[in-house]
Amino acid sequence: MTAPAKPTGPFGASIKRREDPRFITGAGNYTDDIAIPGMSHAAFVRSPHAHAVIRSIDSSRAEALPGVRAVFTGEQLAAAGVNGIPVGWLLPNIKTPHRPALATGRVRHTGEAVAVIIANSPYIARDAADLVKVDYEVLPAVTDTATAHAHETHLHDPEWNNRAFEWSIGDATATDAAFAQAKHVVTQRFLNQRLAAVAMEPRASIARYDKATDELTLWVTSQNPHVHRLIMGAFILGLAEHRFRVIAPDVGGGFGSKIFIYPEEVVVAWASKKLGIPIRWTSTRTEAFLTDAQGRDHVSEAEMALSADGKVLGLRVRTIANLGAYLSLFSPAVPTYLYATLLSGAYNIPAIYCEVHGVFTNTTPVDAYRGAGRPEACYLIERMMSLAAQQLGMSPVDIRRKNFIPADAFPFQTAVALAYDSGNYEPALDLALEKVGYTQLLVEQAEARKKGRYIGIGFSTYIEACSIAPSQVAGALGAQAGLYESAHVRVHPTGSVTVFTGSHSHGQGHETTFAQIVAQELGIPMDSVDVVHGDTGKVQFGMGTYGSRSGALGGSAIYMSLQKIKEKAKKIAAHLLEAAEADIEFEGGKFFVRGSPDRVKQFTDITLAAYLAHNYPAGLEPGLEATSFFDPTNFTFPFGTHIAVVEVERVTGHVSLLKYVAVDDVGNMINPMIVDGMVHGGIAQGIAQALWESVHYDTDGHPLSASLMEYAVPRADQLISFDTGRTVTPSPVNPLGVKGAGETGTIASTPAIANAVVDALSPFGITHLDIPLTPAKLWTAMQSAQGGGN
Amino acid sequence: MTQITITVNGSAEQRDVDPRVLLVHFLRDELALTGTHVGCDTSQCGACTVLIDGVTVKSCTVLAVQADGSAVTTIEGIAVNGEHHPMQTAFWQEHGLQCGFCTPGMILSSIDLLRRNPNPTEEEIRTGLEGNICRCTGYHNIVKAVAAAAKHMADA
Repeated sequence: MTAPAKPTGPFGASIKRREDPRFITGAGNYTDDIAIPGMSHAAFVRSPHAHAVIRSIDSSRAEALPGVRAVFTGEQLAAAGVNGIPVGWLLPNIKTPHRPALATGRVRHTGEAVAVIIANSPYIARDAADLVKVDYEVLPAVTDTATAHAHETHLHDPEWNNRAFEWSIGDATATDAAFAQAKHVVTQRFLNQRLAAVAMEPRASIARYDKATDELTLWVTSQNPHVHRLIMGAFILGLAEHRFRVIAPDVGGGFGSKIFIYPEEVVVAWASKKLGIPIRWTSTRTEAFLTDAQGRDHVSEAEMALSADGKVLGLRVRTIANLGAYLSLFSPAVPTYLYATLLSGAYNIPAIYCEVHGVFTNTTPVDAYRGAGRPEACYLIERMMSLAAQQLGMSPVDIRRKNFIPADAFPFQTAVALAYDSGNYEPALDLALEKVGYTQLLVEQAEARKKGRYIGIGFSTYIEACSIAPSQVAGALGAQAGLYESAHVRVHPTGSVTVFTGSHSHGQGHETTFAQIVAQELGIPMDSVDVVHGDTGKVQFGMGTYGSRSGALGGSAIYMSLQKIKEKAKKIAAHLLEAAEADIEFEGGKFFVRGSPDRVKQFTDITLAAYLAHNYPAGLEPGLEATSFFDPTNFTFPFGTHIAVVEVERVTGHVSLLKYVAVDDVGNMINPMIVDGMVHGGIAQGIAQALWESVHYDTDGHPLSASLMEYAVPRADQLISFDTGRTVTPSPVNPLGVKGAGETGTIASTPAIANAVVDALSPFGITHLDIPLTPAKLWTAMQSAQGGGN
Repeated sequence: MTQITITVNGSAEQRDVDPRVLLVHFLRDELALTGTHVGCDTSQCGACTVLIDGVTVKSCTVLAVQADGSAVTTIEGIAVNGEHHPMQTAFWQEHGLQCGFCTPGMILSSIDLLRRNPNPTEEEIRTGLEGNICRCTGYHNIVKAVAAAAKHMADA
């Protein structure tokens, strides 16, 4: 499918979302909205310490509280044969600590669950949790990313020295040689602070065991219900998949945090079966800050080698990645394959070498959060490009243009494993420069500086990678799962269509976009199409939604099934029209004989014939449905240019956003309105990392940002409206030509803002400040600067 | 247990409640009005916003007994003659929602915002919504939706 200049059908049109009527009327169906008669409620007893030995647990007072049905501890779960939560991506020599759903022996982060209360109401369950007395022997805590490996306190096996893995990519020798030739070397240490995902819907789970059928049903806030079923069933609870149904109804945002298997759903599922009663648990926001997997948390040393004229010759990076107390499901992949492979950015860098050390600390586990490794890479390379420009006295635009991978070089093999599918970087940069009015802006910036106003312009000519693939490669790199996507398209006798997709929307609008694909391909109204997702009892095995994969993979799987259906329908049409199959055309929902448009059958004539099978081709099976699993040959690589314009107030350090331009190339778009929406939200999250958000722990490992009073999720009055634009370079690796749009904003915007702030502060001689660029940090830097702002 | 009578979306509801039960839990668990959501436990996020006697309140910060005798409007009760409220229409039209979780609270706050200021500037909309957190939209289309609703309601 090529990009239509002007969409002529549903594909490519900004169609209003079909899921919205239920959401705007309060009729959405989120996990915590589900009530089952006779349902009990769970509350967890959590460690107030970051690191402690559990000496004893006395639950007698809790058990005696009226309305309490049971109290369970980790010892009971272990005795019942409940396994620990496994890791889904293994690296060479990786250390995988045992992670029980309820702690046994030791707790390793504040908020780790040590016991569960099952009670008749959530209020009683919470009361009872407060009555459980746990005797702890408090141990020193390891919290600092950079020094964890040298700490005398060990979280796990002392021989590990708090290291989970040491990993590298690229050619160290070639990189050394590049530095030997360099005329300029730019070095910088970067902190990429820890973030919390903060999906507005807190995690929740409800389990119901049906003794009559021996089936356990789990409703859970999941981005990937089949992954939940597979891992919880096969690896943790020992449940056969055909007797274990996982349903993720409407999911209120995820941003990665709802990919993973968490202790609470394991406990709720197990306890429901054990007690024979339905049980619901819903996280409080405080619990979310303590237990939802967090993101980022890197300390990196970067060095860039450049020629005299600003050509990048090599890049050397050493990163320490804080993984938290345990390895969350896909945590090993995030700071390695999803990070270091993107360090080439949009540039032709002949030699790159990166080593990554993953460390354990007494903090909440870290895993994929919107962008997952790519924002860390993008921030590093885009800051380095701007630093290099500053050091070499070049324009941040010129140095980027000089090093861009040229449009005729695709597919392009980078020095860090990836082969970019397609790209054309200059038009996106040109469009962004035009939209922001760069020439005029430089004049205004100079004028403002004369008046003591500090305006900065920041660039991010980013690249990112979506829909990791193919499965065979992912498997070779350590993935314990395939990375395809599935679709089953069922055409009903009267011509309406149900799509069963392995993707699962948690805000992306798949019920709309996937129906657009079907309506386009079959020439039928969108009202005739329903999309079913999020239920392992209805949908074939699928991998779920994360990594901006659903359009490229889930959408393509649907497209493949539709081709199979059209092919079969043509056979039926040929039979009914008494024509050769090769002569049958299908257009606008009609089958006709080429050259004789009056010899025609409606789509519904064919669908009915397929199920009646009276007047029917010999040897053809009745029915009209098709299943496909789409496993592409490569990732897709969206790209673009973001430009931020900010003003830093000298007397307060406050950053005002003046302008934000985002030109993204996400390949073909199914629904530009939805793409715009995801870009807006992504930009907001990336700006928040640049300016405000940060998860903090004190040296004892106590979280200092465990509520929305301390953790600075941006509000409407902190942001501005964004100016978005597009170039379109279709991806050649999937039949829709789409690339993925869910994370571009988050990936691109953090360095754009950081570069803008540093540019604003350049009159003070400031070349770098670590994010988040809070007023206190900027004010302090300006106060102590030598340049004095002149 | 304390007996309370609250008029919810026009219907008088008499119930015996535990005095410590929050209004939001009363609405969700007792009346099965699950459109009002709980997104935090510190009254920051605004997902639980409802109208009490026409004024926005975060229903996680009010005990059900405190609402005794008052009229509560939730997202389920804002339709006008069976049609979407103009604010609901505007959120749909302008793509002012993605995951939908903050949406009920956001719509109720926006309705109250226009009640106080029928013709707000972008800045006034942004300031007016600072008590409601959205993590999906970056607020861009929410601001557009409120402006569109204001225009529509002024023209009507």
